[in-house]
Amino acid sequence: MSDITKLSLNELIKNIRNKKLSSTEITNSFIERSEKSKKLNTYVTDNFSNALAAAKIFDEKPNMDLKLPGIPIAVKDLFCTNGVRTTAGSNILNNFIPPYESTVTQSMWDEGAILLGKLNCDEFAMGSSNETSFFGNVQNPIGENLVPGGSSGGSSAALAANLTPVTIGTDTGGSIRQPASFTGTVGLKPTYGSCSRYGIVAFASSLDQAGPMSQNVKDAALLLEVISKFDNKDSTSIDFKRNKYSSELTNNIKGLKIGIPNEYRVEGMPKEIEDLWKTGIEIIKDCGAEIVDISLPNTKYALPTYYIVAPAEASSNLARYDGVKYGFRSEGENLIDMYEKTRSEGFGEEVKRRILIGTYVLSSGYYDAYYLKAQKVRQLIKKDFDNVYNNVDAILTPSTPSSAFKIGEKTDDPVSMYLNDIFTVPVNLAGLPGISIPTGIDNKGFPLGLQIIGKPFDEQTILNIAYSMEEKINFKNDITDWWM
Amino acid sequence: MDVMAKNNQFFIEREQNKYEVVIGLEVHAQVTSDSKLFSSSPTKFGAEPNTQVSLVDAAFPGMLPVINEFCIKQAIKTGIGLKAKINKKSIFDRKNYFYADLPQGYQISQYKYPIIGEGKVILDMADGQKEIGIERLHLEQDAGKSIHDIDPTNTFVDLNRSGVALMEIVSKPDLRSPEEVNIYIKKLRSIMRYLGTCDGNMQEGSLRADVNVSVRRQGDDNFGTRCEIKNVNSIKFMQMAIIYEANRQVDLIEEGKNIDQETRLFDTKKNETRSMRSKEDAHDYRYFPDPDLLPLEISDEFISKIKDEIPELPDEKKKRFIDKFNLSSYEANILVSDFDTSKYFEEVIKNSDVKLATNWITGELFAVLNEKNLEISKSPVSSNNLSKLINLIKDGTISGKIAKTIFEEMIDGDKDPQTIVDQKGLKQESDPKALEELINKVIKNNTSKVEEYKSGKDKLFGFFVGQVMKESKGKGNPQLINKILKEKLNG
Repeated sequence: MSDITKLSLNELIKNIRNKKLSSTEITNSFIERSEKSKKLNTYVTDNFSNALAAAKIFDEKPNMDLKLPGIPIAVKDLFCTNGVRTTAGSNILNNFIPPYESTVTQSMWDEGAILLGKLNCDEFAMGSSNETSFFGNVQNPIGENLVPGGSSGGSSAALAANLTPVTIGTDTGGSIRQPASFTGTVGLKPTYGSCSRYGIVAFASSLDQAGPMSQNVKDAALLLEVISKFDNKDSTSIDFKRNKYSSELTNNIKGLKIGIPNEYRVEGMPKEIEDLWKTGIEIIKDCGAEIVDISLPNTKYALPTYYIVAPAEASSNLARYDGVKYGFRSEGENLIDMYEKTRSEGFGEEVKRRILIGTYVLSSGYYDAYYLKAQKVRQLIKKDFDNVYNNVDAILTPSTPSSAFKIGEKTDDPVSMYLNDIFTVPVNLAGLPGISIPTGIDNKGFPLGLQIIGKPFDEQTILNIAYSMEEKINFKNDITDWWM
Repeated sequence: MDVMAKNNQFFIEREQNKYEVVIGLEVHAQVTSDSKLFSSSPTKFGAEPNTQVSLVDAAFPGMLPVINEFCIKQAIKTGIGLKAKINKKSIFDRKNYFYADLPQGYQISQYKYPIIGEGKVILDMADGQKEIGIERLHLEQDAGKSIHDIDPTNTFVDLNRSGVALMEIVSKPDLRSPEEVNIYIKKLRSIMRYLGTCDGNMQEGSLRADVNVSVRRQGDDNFGTRCEIKNVNSIKFMQMAIIYEANRQVDLIEEGKNIDQETRLFDTKKNETRSMRSKEDAHDYRYFPDPDLLPLEISDEFISKIKDEIPELPDEKKKRFIDKFNLSSYEANILVSDFDTSKYFEEVIKNSDVKLATNWITGELFAVLNEKNLEISKSPVSSNNLSKLINLIKDGTISGKIAKTIFEEMIDGDKDPQTIVDQKGLKQESDPKALEELINKVIKNNTSKVEEYKSGKDKLFGFFVGQVMKESKGKGNPQLINKILKEKLNG
């Protein structure tokens, strides 16, 4: 086999089932490439020796009926992994080793996958460039000193650089789709309630969802099939009938109606993005689907709403990191002093900024004006989608307002950083599924993605649309291994 | 202390003015449940520190609360017992604050939308009934325990209680005296024990209360400024705290000073309340709906199923006891106030006389339980044996006096009264011939007294009865002795 790491997930599985490749060979290849790619800074913690041992065990008694037989997979360091350090990209969990496994990752190991390592991310998934990680920024394999997007930046970079065949990220406001778009990969955020949040370090509970990131749509469908499960350990998990996403995948989308929301033509959007969108529309038409102009009038309120709801929940979710029970502790004169030192030294600037915003909007006297109002607007945004879904089956938008930017370019301007999520955030607020697929490149040669937004629980339709578009787009990522 | 309590009315008096005390209680009752409100950890009292703790209770990253359906049922049951509105939709909120024994950094509680709405509790006071309004009942998690006295420089934290389900039962400001508080707490506890929703054990902290106290001049319609006395864990301390606090407030008013709305602590050693924090320093808890939990929706079927499980409650039982057994309101109250007592009573009267049973339970048995500091469920005399004893009295086998002697013996190992009667030959002498012989003997030995009696000193009759009884070694049937003696003396 010339280069194992370039194979897609489905190709690897085929080779394993055909006994052309062993789990050990595959695992070794990804480890070797990962070892040579340290410059990308994608791994926070590797699990290489354990992975090799697990691969060996798999090969001795291979179970080919499993969905991910002997496949090594690195995951975002927001998923708690039993016995393997889990940091959420934060100093405050620098030394934290969970004695338990997240439901999503457990589902993968149950299907034969092997943990390759834990991938870098923005601290507590707060960021759009992976620059807020305590463990340093991640390099985008597309080009030197480019951000890989965020918060699942380690995941998107590792995937694009072929350090892992697929990966899983989490998406609170775009943290799967935006980095996928920045790295020329596929990223899917499922309907809220599809994938269990049990064992995922929480950022904003009402928005967080885990999802697959992959080289192609078929791989995403398979991985989603593995991780999308009802879980009674998560009270917000929903027990709906899931499709067999991979076997039901079809490129026949004839007759589907795809909405184009007028409000996503935001001011100052680069012409390249506009052109990309047009390309996408033409491809959709080519596939035999119908284009319908739609209106989502409350879109402009999505970003401010998100930046109230998410920090509010985060300010409360992150209260447990207090130095008392686990994780980082800075000694203090007394309890309050210990709290202050621990949290001052344990959290980075962006996390502190959001805790402050969240604490403020929940304070008595401000609650009604901010949090309560944001919740009401959130309902309106959701209603916008409900309304248009009476007429269309899915919605096509750009994934991001730009391609990957330079490391450091936006670190001093949080608002411009937050604008990255303008197309992805409404999807989280409405709890809908969304997928980003690589569609083209800008004039710098950096990948750009389009987003397909679906009806609740209708991941199958957006996968099908993405699958048929993917065939026509035939996007190839231009990765030069510049870091080696 | 210038306290006056007449006709169950309670006032604090000063030279010119009379003050009424207004009290509202927030009772924290631990839900009787094998597992916690949002986790499956056990809730055993007195376990080794930090042995009843799950990853959820210790708030590990990514851990999520899952509601315990049994605790919801218990809250609804209690709501039914309080004749309260069951809210079909309620919401769990996060109450945010930092403390070492609060692992999540927030307590999951219910704020704007509690599971139970308005209800009432009927108090049986010495001078009649009084209704106390219930404002709401909501479910919340307990915190852990900080232990400051093990080590001079460190605080220890025990998370066994962390996440244990509590019901906070908020009364309206309808209570007017320490005695009403006493009766109210006991009634509340009685209802919950009947329902099996809270064991009401104050020593183990299963029942504690925040006490809101204000005072106003007699006749005033408006409430005064209230102070909240936090976390008082016995009825006696509640009463002491109320009396201290009400007098403190009255003194302030008398001196023309303002009462500050504040949270106070009761110092049980000094018998005084002192300021904990002022209104200005009050925590901003930043309540908001817990996004980890969906709104709690309860169906009509769920509620009606629970209604089917509700046992007869003290108020209804009392009515039945009065109607069916002809008990006085006072007797019925005593018998129903504790579920186990009522259960014991009903077991005894299954096969024996109600009147005798009432007297024996509230008399002899209560005295023994009191003396030995025992609950009736641990009674040294079983209901079955007490029932037998009563039947022995009723059918004339033994006299009431002998019964008391036998009862003394029964206490030691729950002995069968019939066995004691047989072994000790305590069977009542009811043979008229045998009694007549004894009577003849007494008359013969007391000729002068007989003369006195016959010449009109009726009171001496008791003396003869006593002498005959003595001759019978206490076993003589008193009714028969009376009868024969009368015939002999008057004949």
